[in-house]
Amino acid sequence: MKKTLFDKVWDAHVVDVIKNGPQILYIDKHLIHEVTSPQAFNELEQRNIPIARPDKIVATADHNTPTQNQHLPIKDIQSRKQLEQLTKNCKNNNITLYELGHKYNGIIHVIAPELGITQPGMTMVCGDSHTSTHGAFGAIAFGIGTSQVAQVFASQCVLIQKPKKLRVNVNGKLKKGVLPKDVILYIIAKLGTNSGTGYFCEYAGNVFEEMTMEGRMTVCNMSIEMGARGGMIAPDQTTFDYIKGKKFASKGISFEQKVTYWKTLKTDQDAIFDQEYSLDAAEIEPMLTYGTNPGMGIKISEKIPNQKDTSFKKALEYMQFKPGESLINKTINYVFLGSCTNSRIEDFRVAANYIKGKQKAKNVNAWLVPGSQQVAKQIQTEGLQQIFEAAGFQLRQPGCSACLAMNDDKIPEGEYCVSTSNRNFEGRQGQGARTILASPLMAAAAAIAGKIVDITQQN
Amino acid sequence: MEKFVKITDTAIPIATENIDTDQIIPARFLKATDKKGFGENLFRDWKYKKDGNKNLEFPLNQSKYQGKILVAGNNFGCGSSREHAAWAIADYGFKVIISSFFADIFKGNALNNGLLPIQVPEKYIKELLALIQEKPNTKIAIDLEKQTVETAIGKITFKIDAYKKLCLTKGYDDIDYLISKKDKIEAFEKQLEI
Ligand code: SF4
Repeated sequence: MKKTLFDKVWDAHVVDVIKNGPQILYIDKHLIHEVTSPQAFNELEQRNIPIARPDKIVATADHNTPTQNQHLPIKDIQSRKQLEQLTKNCKNNNITLYELGHKYNGIIHVIAPELGITQPGMTMVCGDSHTSTHGAFGAIAFGIGTSQVAQVFASQCVLIQKPKKLRVNVNGKLKKGVLPKDVILYIIAKLGTNSGTGYFCEYAGNVFEEMTMEGRMTVCNMSIEMGARGGMIAPDQTTFDYIKGKKFASKGISFEQKVTYWKTLKTDQDAIFDQEYSLDAAEIEPMLTYGTNPGMGIKISEKIPNQKDTSFKKALEYMQFKPGESLINKTINYVFLGSCTNSRIEDFRVAANYIKGKQKAKNVNAWLVPGSQQVAKQIQTEGLQQIFEAAGFQLRQPGCSACLAMNDDKIPEGEYCVSTSNRNFEGRQGQGARTILASPLMAAAAAIAGKIVDITQQN
Repeated sequence: MEKFVKITDTAIPIATENIDTDQIIPARFLKATDKKGFGENLFRDWKYKKDGNKNLEFPLNQSKYQGKILVAGNNFGCGSSREHAAWAIADYGFKVIISSFFADIFKGNALNNGLLPIQVPEKYIKELLALIQEKPNTKIAIDLEKQTVETAIGKITFKIDAYKKLCLTKGYDDIDYLISKKDKIEAFEKQLEI
């Protein structure tokens, strides 16, 4: 039978199938962090079950870490305890941990790829919905709840129904100023926030083939925002070149052998998907969200639509926007460049390139938060830091930061924030904060102008 | 896990669509390292107004609405995978959530905590929400064995994975099951590593 990329990876990991029930899926890599793991460790301890494969687990501290003065003890007692708990749990169970301050510390979905932990054909899970990011390498990667974290601890497997298959094709030429973030925001706006529920999505077409790995990660990252459990892109030379030489990548002949296998990880011609969409790249423009879910997005040239239902009205009320309005020229006082969607080196290059020689608007507080220590270092090495500083920006230290506002990085109530993160839910960036999701380029432009600008009208 | 068989109770209606797990339990309450006590902060930012007073328009604050059943708008539980959302709902005292659509991860999390997510057609949820809003003392009867929901607007059946149904009715959990398959898993691991 003809198989999709998803089938190939999935089928290679099925240990057993329960009649009329879920399948037992073997997991190659289990990523953990401080917020969704402690209860799972407790559960195993209480039931006296050992961790099956500590060597297949990698841990980091990211969700709840400060992004300033990381060398000092954490002020918030609960946060500090949560991190201490992680350190203790990892130590007791022989789990590799890149704790705060470690040269490999950072957001879990940024560090695993940059260390070469993420590889094509793998199954990966993490107690975090944006685990879908790793699908950019042709891996099956998805978020799980804490009960499932405990299951993987106990057995290195998850019990799960095989999702249905969806393919989103985007072909054609992207317009100037349109970044991978715009592509995924466009897909979500077009298809809706639950269009992917029950599915695993493959992204195909020349638009994704031409993207860098960073761009592909941005796209796969937001698969969950259309409801899909995960997203994948077939691995190709771009993928192999990215992995080659990374810390945990195989070396020499064994790497070449892997590449030979990885090359087979492609959807067969005529393989059947349960659902398929085809979109035209030329239709996409820089995108912005105006509401309180990621599907409420419009092109920069469009106006906020009008809908009758109460949920829609509630969202506009929260955002203090009106139907029929354009977002261009709206004053914004906050910009957040960061999160596992857009905090990789390429994102900072895009921003620096725009910012170079300009000055940050006085009204704007901009938080530039690299995804990892390695990204932070590269920002320095490439001289981007000087560009940011000369323009009046300050870089922070790595972490999830204002993406979920668990630490002190909260957008004040009622303020608008142009954010490169992935969720614009009510209160996501702080109680009462109003989030406008956008690409790093749109965010940089807003930081300079102090308001939303149409970058397609600039040189 | 507690066993689940049947329940007949009144319900609390939250008609909003796309309720995400950030609303169910905001991130600032995720710092605890155990599973208890999250119920107190369930829907925290909808329950309280900016000035700290209770928002009396929110159904959880209206004493006319009581019960162990939550009835909610389409696409419930989307967003973050935080199981804290399911813990908060269970800790508050709910046993069942009825909606026309559930996000995948939330649905799994609910089932793993003895909380039954029941998916019904969109038309039914709209009628049910309207009925409860009009008559808050409306009773809903749920029978997991027969997979039925019964109210004044009629009786319908719902789907549930046979394995998950067994887990709920018997009070088993997945860890027990997976550990019973240890030999198979280890044999699988061996052939992977060759
Ligand atoms: S950056 Fe945001 S979305 Fe990504 S892992 Fe952290 S909290 Fe989750």
